[in-house]
Amino acid sequence: MSFIPDGEWALGSLQKLFKSGYYARTLWFTFWQAAVSTLLTLVLALPGAYVFARYRFPGKKLLQAFATVPFVLPTVVVATSFQALLGPRGLINELLQAVFNLSEAPIQMNHSVLFVLLAHVFFNYTVILRMVGGFWARLDPSLTESARVLGASSVKVFFRVTLPLLKPAILASSLLVFIFCFSSFGVILILGGPRLATIEVEIYRQAVHLFNLPMAAALSLIQIVFILLMMWVYTTLQRKQVVTLQPVSGAHSQVPIRTAKDRSWVGGNVCLILLLVGTPLAALILRSFLTDTGLSLVYYRALFVNPVQSIFYVPPLEAVFYSCGFALVTLVFSVVIGILAAQFLSVSEGRISALFDPIFMLPLSTSAVTLGFGFIIALDRPPLNLRTSLLLVPLAHTLVAFPFVVRSVLPALRSIPQSLKESAALLGASPFRVWRSVELPIIGRSLIVGAVFAFTISLGEFGATVFVARPQTPTMPLAIYRFLGQPGALNYGQAMAMSSLLMLVTAVGFLMLEKLRIEGQGEF
Amino acid sequence: MSILKVRNLVKVIDSDLILQEINLSLQSSEILCLLGPSGCGKTTLLRMICGLETPDSGQILYDGKDITGIDPHRRNFGMMFQEFALFPHKNVYENVVFGLRVKNRADNDIRKRAEEVLELVGLTGMGQRNVNELSGGERQRVAMARSLAPQPRLLLLDEPMGSLDRVLRERLLRDVQAILKRIRITTIFVTHDHNEAFSVADRIAVVSAGRIEQVDSPVNLYKKPANRFVASFLGFQNMVEGVVQGNGGVETPLGIIPIKDPLPASGQNVTILIRPEAAHLMGSQDPAAADELVVMAQVKDVRFQGADYQLTARAENGESLVVNLPNDTLIPDPGQPVRLGLRVSAMSVIDR
Repeated sequence: MSFIPDGEWALGSLQKLFKSGYYARTLWFTFWQAAVSTLLTLVLALPGAYVFARYRFPGKKLLQAFATVPFVLPTVVVATSFQALLGPRGLINELLQAVFNLSEAPIQMNHSVLFVLLAHVFFNYTVILRMVGGFWARLDPSLTESARVLGASSVKVFFRVTLPLLKPAILASSLLVFIFCFSSFGVILILGGPRLATIEVEIYRQAVHLFNLPMAAALSLIQIVFILLMMWVYTTLQRKQVVTLQPVSGAHSQVPIRTAKDRSWVGGNVCLILLLVGTPLAALILRSFLTDTGLSLVYYRALFVNPVQSIFYVPPLEAVFYSCGFALVTLVFSVVIGILAAQFLSVSEGRISALFDPIFMLPLSTSAVTLGFGFIIALDRPPLNLRTSLLLVPLAHTLVAFPFVVRSVLPALRSIPQSLKESAALLGASPFRVWRSVELPIIGRSLIVGAVFAFTISLGEFGATVFVARPQTPTMPLAIYRFLGQPGALNYGQAMAMSSLLMLVTAVGFLMLEKLRIEGQGEF
Repeated sequence: MSILKVRNLVKVIDSDLILQEINLSLQSSEILCLLGPSGCGKTTLLRMICGLETPDSGQILYDGKDITGIDPHRRNFGMMFQEFALFPHKNVYENVVFGLRVKNRADNDIRKRAEEVLELVGLTGMGQRNVNELSGGERQRVAMARSLAPQPRLLLLDEPMGSLDRVLRERLLRDVQAILKRIRITTIFVTHDHNEAFSVADRIAVVSAGRIEQVDSPVNLYKKPANRFVASFLGFQNMVEGVVQGNGGVETPLGIIPIKDPLPASGQNVTILIRPEAAHLMGSQDPAAADELVVMAQVKDVRFQGADYQLTARAENGESLVVNLPNDTLIPDPGQPVRLGLRVSAMSVIDR
């Protein structure tokens, strides 16, 4: 599509892309904001990773789950949370205005880069915390101990032994954060305002607002190439990490809090997590109840009525209905396709599996906007015209979600010893019976994890949905985005209310996962 | 009458000949051991017999019928794996009845049969236990019960003692043999440990590099290993070269051995195996008996092994001998000369 703007081959749009300074600036902005976001996240999260790897303290599991909530939240909710905290109508601004009697909001963060960066840190903090922290906890303590015995100071040990050992985990997690920020869409679209645009946002604008499809396609290509490249580096790093890892159970190497130094380490990081993760979420919930006349359910109630008689208007409640429906269909599709794909990968030989593994991960590595855009230009003409079909949304969501099912199920499938299946066969079980009685029960837990993942992903999916959903059948994130785009306190409040609902559903879903997830199983 | 026949079985993996022209037959309710070093192909042979792998050529016959192409789940053979392969998501009882369930037996029969086999392996009343909480020995018994429950026509055991520690192994070995004999089940038992094979098997097939070197009863195998490979695999170390003489003896560097075995024509080269229990210590004046070879040697090394000493000595002509002497023998120190009497009854002629 990027080469054939009017049905003819042309490199025009690509040339234009490179010549015009605007797009170069977009590319540059995409890069540097991702780099700075990653660096900030790393600086803030590494001490946390240390604390989680090293100390045992009450409430640790809960705190870890809590720190992960932002990551599973829909980007739209993340963006609204920050609006609720620091936006022009945000809690802090309103508070400052009330206290100091100001006529204008004192903190003008809206549409600034800092706003975006903060949201990215909020979103990705847990990636570093979990990946590096998990790796760190499983490092054999005898490695550092032997270095100490050999006479190295603790600072030296950190830089000479621990850091080099952690390097693959730090690199892999940083790269993942970088990829997430590089393809950030919802956060920048909502918080960045009209001036800030990543490639992802620009694709959306070109395609939807300016209807410049060739340009959008060209940008998509660039996006795909970059992300594939980074994804390839990431999987390579991850494979390395698996090979060198000689895990020991984390419990042995962890110590309780004893000294004042311990207390300040742990306390400081706990406070940071509470501040970073807690305040935006609390602000969102508070803002959804807070009206001019105090706390009330006005915004929630407004979700159920239709005040404007616009033909395009769809009652917010219907968005909830569509979201849940799409999510259920997505769940079913993802589970079926995910099981088939995982089964295929687990039985195929090394080389075939090495080839197909990244192919199944492709939807994960290409960005959601690119996917959605691809969907509308690929499926809008015969033989397959799904543009008006209700199935289009769950199909797009399945493409985004099924890799998570594969990631979740595959390690469990691979952990089943061959002899288990052979035993069952020799006892008289047919291949299907072996699958049903042996494999399925063993992967059951991981499958539920994958299924809930698929459900929550579908609920919060924004980038692809923005392209493929029809105006009459919006999802919750779309409804929130529309509310935010309209003026007035009521719309704003309704956005907050619906975000809160969406947050509640995803957070509950996620906490269920945490309970189900077997320690050490399932890849990130 | 033989119940299982393996005919000219060949398996090639990555252009390596894993099994070459294997022929084997098994009597009903016989226990046959496949004995060999790891990588010799014995497990591959076992997996082909139960259908988990397909031979490249050759046939497997059960009760006269060709079963080579039949799926493993239709063969009604039982198999016990080295790591037991218990289903981690099922308790002891559910593991044991798995084979009965998939065959859609009636619930009553299933319950009765489960009790029977649990009693047989000595796990009565343990049905509700979680298999992950069992000890190694208990896990083995569960695996045994599970493979016996559907009353297989043939039981295959792949290194069933491999993952257990030694003391436990010896005790369980006796139990396993007792069970197999009690229910008179035809069994193939794979192991790399000749002591295990000796104590369980009716017959032993020694496998090396994809070929069967010898099939014999444990006693015959021990007393008359067919060739050097079998002899060294059984742990024998003393093998001397010799030339057959006209009067029936064999001339060796240790002297002329009046061996009783049937010998090839005079002038032929043969190898003679001297088993470690052949030796006893002689005083300098003791006369040599008729069926005995007396060797003068120098003690090189003495090792205490519990029931006996292992003595390494070098004969005057440089041949090295490793022999066992009872632990009540007064053992000379290394460097001392000894006079060793070697009984001819503990020697045999083997192929090179």
